[in-house]
Amino acid sequence: MTAKNPGILSHPVTRSALLHSGVIVLLAWLFQVLPEYHSGNLARIMVLAVYAMGYNVLFGYTGLLSLGHALFFAAGMYGLGLSMYWLDASPAPSMLAGLISALVVSGVVGALALRTTGVAFMIVTLMFAQAGFLTILLFGEYTRGDEGFVLPQADRVLFGLDLTQPANRYGGALILFTICLGLVAWLVQSRFGKTLIAIRENEERARMLGYDVQRHKWLAVVVSGTLSGASGAAYALLFGYAGATFATVQYSIFPLLWVLLGGAGTTLGPLIGTLFMFYLIDISSQFTSAYLLIASVILILLTLFAPHGLAGVVRKRLIPWLP
Amino acid sequence: MTLLSTRGLSKQYAGLRAVHDVDFSLEKGEIRALIGPNGAGKSTFVGMLCGRIPASEGQVVFDGSDITPLAAHQRISLGMAYTFQITSVFARLSTRENVALAARRLSDSTPRHVRERVYKALEQVDLQDRAETLAGDLSYGHQRLLEIAMGLAQSPRLFILDEPTQGLAENEIESFKQLVKTLAVDATVLLIEHNMDVVMQTAQRITVLDFGEILAEGTPAEIRASDAVQAAYLGTG
Amino acid sequence: MDFGPHLFLAMLEGTITAAVLALTAVGLSIVFGVMRVVNVAHGEFFMLGAVIAWWVTTLLGGHPALGFVVALIVAPLLTGLIAATADRIVLRRINYDPERTIVATIGLLYVIQQATLMTFGPEARPVEAPFNQRIALPWFEYGIDGFMLIWPWGLGTTTYKLAVIVAAVVILLALWVLMTRTRIGLIMRATQLDREMAIAHAIPVDRVYALVFALGAGLAALGGVLVVPIQQAHYLMGGDPLLLSFIVVIIGGLGSVVGTVVAAILIGMSDGIISVFFSPTLAKILATLFVAFVLVFRPQGLFGQRPS
Repeated sequence: MTAKNPGILSHPVTRSALLHSGVIVLLAWLFQVLPEYHSGNLARIMVLAVYAMGYNVLFGYTGLLSLGHALFFAAGMYGLGLSMYWLDASPAPSMLAGLISALVVSGVVGALALRTTGVAFMIVTLMFAQAGFLTILLFGEYTRGDEGFVLPQADRVLFGLDLTQPANRYGGALILFTICLGLVAWLVQSRFGKTLIAIRENEERARMLGYDVQRHKWLAVVVSGTLSGASGAAYALLFGYAGATFATVQYSIFPLLWVLLGGAGTTLGPLIGTLFMFYLIDISSQFTSAYLLIASVILILLTLFAPHGLAGVVRKRLIPWLP
Repeated sequence: MTLLSTRGLSKQYAGLRAVHDVDFSLEKGEIRALIGPNGAGKSTFVGMLCGRIPASEGQVVFDGSDITPLAAHQRISLGMAYTFQITSVFARLSTRENVALAARRLSDSTPRHVRERVYKALEQVDLQDRAETLAGDLSYGHQRLLEIAMGLAQSPRLFILDEPTQGLAENEIESFKQLVKTLAVDATVLLIEHNMDVVMQTAQRITVLDFGEILAEGTPAEIRASDAVQAAYLGTG
Repeated sequence: MDFGPHLFLAMLEGTITAAVLALTAVGLSIVFGVMRVVNVAHGEFFMLGAVIAWWVTTLLGGHPALGFVVALIVAPLLTGLIAATADRIVLRRINYDPERTIVATIGLLYVIQQATLMTFGPEARPVEAPFNQRIALPWFEYGIDGFMLIWPWGLGTTTYKLAVIVAAVVILLALWVLMTRTRIGLIMRATQLDREMAIAHAIPVDRVYALVFALGAGLAALGGVLVVPIQQAHYLMGGDPLLLSFIVVIIGGLGSVVGTVVAAILIGMSDGIISVFFSPTLAKILATLFVAFVLVFRPQGLFGQRPS
């Protein structure tokens, strides 16, 4: 008996490519049709969705729950922000600085934190992130602490394009999102990605099949952290601001919330979750100032009743091949 | 030719000597059974062989190299396959993906090669019709077979089976005995077992452990005739 | 003030911190010990104690001591009730799964915090102490005539602060008696040791858990009530106690009450001293990193025996 030979259209790689390209095309088209307020929101959502996707690599695909991802987001944000603000660097090398900061921080923190598992891992990541936040405050002379600092419009020009213009800003966000979505989509189908899934499903079994579980987990942290840092750096660049708020515990919880809501372990879940949560808060903040309250109630409800999230439910009931 | 051997292998827990100073040796191509009463130290000993449990003292040598300092995953990649006492598969993944994960770790892991290995392994345990079933939905007996298929996909030199017939129905045990013989064609097999019928009919040599030490070693006939072994099993109750 | 008296003052303040911290941390430790869950909202129970104390004393008016005594009873009870409710509707449903509990209690943290923000407001509000005489403290100085007692300006404490230390000791002793000498304490310890056996002996484990969770919350709330005349009630005041309690419990060994008390003294003193002589932010950074590294390199804490 030979392995089944499916037609090209039902081949998983093709289906995945079509689905993801379709989403990108949709997002590009939306810029044309949406009013400026909403396209501005969508740009923000896309950048934050990259953060969520980064988180998802570690949580959804590898099964590790970190409570300290704000550290990586902030590493990217300040890597770029400080370079542009104090060193007068231009956006491209600053972006690189942001990415490298996040890469290094996630490498070091990962190596330490992965010596623990489960609850201890959650607390250790939380502690490192808190230490990071406090360090930003401690060096307030350079970072302006809670207040943060603004990156002047004049500096935010990339390849001749003024990123403060809505179209360019949206384009920048979309390009970032496309690259990262493509990366994640490729990753989860690759041998590495499938091993991460195996580790999530049954770590001991994966180990006893000969996989170096620790190394895989560490790489997952590094990829996850760097994606989060890319989001942080892009956020500072596109929206012109860096502040310590982005390093607080709240910003470690948001990606967990977005991923849980959208569907952990799916490629599009993070985008869906971020979009949903953004608009939920946007709408409810017209009624009350306690949007965190709403977010937390939703977090509790999700933990209780819907551990699969929106995309997860879709995958279970409608589209089993959803990547 | 000796494939696996141990020298002075011991495991000490606080106040308890689980395995004591064991010199063990396994020849290439053998089917060896490891038996002994409950608490004899069989699982601990095997755990130290495959690296799940660190040894307190002693050495493990595989194919001439000292593997004592190696981690479990490194030992597996040298050519060992291990099935758990309580079946451990990837329940939420398909049967096919379970075996693919085992096959993919090898060096020639192009998608086509992986596909071929997977189907070959599934055919050997007769699970090819259940390739798309989720592993968790398989019957217990089939899950055990799946684990063996996962081992086969690795083309191992040594198969370590930890109580493989536990929980199987009579007819499944019969087919298992046949399966062990086919496994031994390409690999050496070390089997921990309680089922004496299976042991006597499949093993070429038997090692008996008691109180963490080797009590006796020999052919099935020799072990059956041994008074010491009888006493160990009946005496401890 | 010279270094000597300054250090003495810092240590005294540290002792008060340690006293309140011991109460709060023991609450967290008991919850982990019996239920095996980490309650990230624990700091908010502390805050609730302080905030409820403010409500009670404001509503009752009259002599501060009257309101305070009532608050001392009402706040822990009310907080305990809230905790027991949270246990019933959330924690029990997720079957105390460790990871889901952390996520759920994070949600709980923000719910309590934000609800307080909405009702109590963002300002810090003071509560008057039931009694508050200043006591000047002596210090030694080596002078021409040998050792002399001097009374440096600024070196002093209040009767209330001393009372807090006494109160904490009394409460902890009472707790020790409860755990070791009463039937309820026995049931709690039995459930901690072996949940399955407890169930087999017809111990209503669900109810024990609710009780333990409420007790933990109540102890934190007591800490909040005791500290509010010194510190002022504020909706964000739960953050520091949470972090410090974590440190104390992890270092003292999760589940060990004695270890927790010893660690509380150590940590309370260090925090007080570092905060006084260096910046409070630095103290917090060191504290946070300390927890992280202890967990990474010595997961059983400094006193505990089993790995967490």
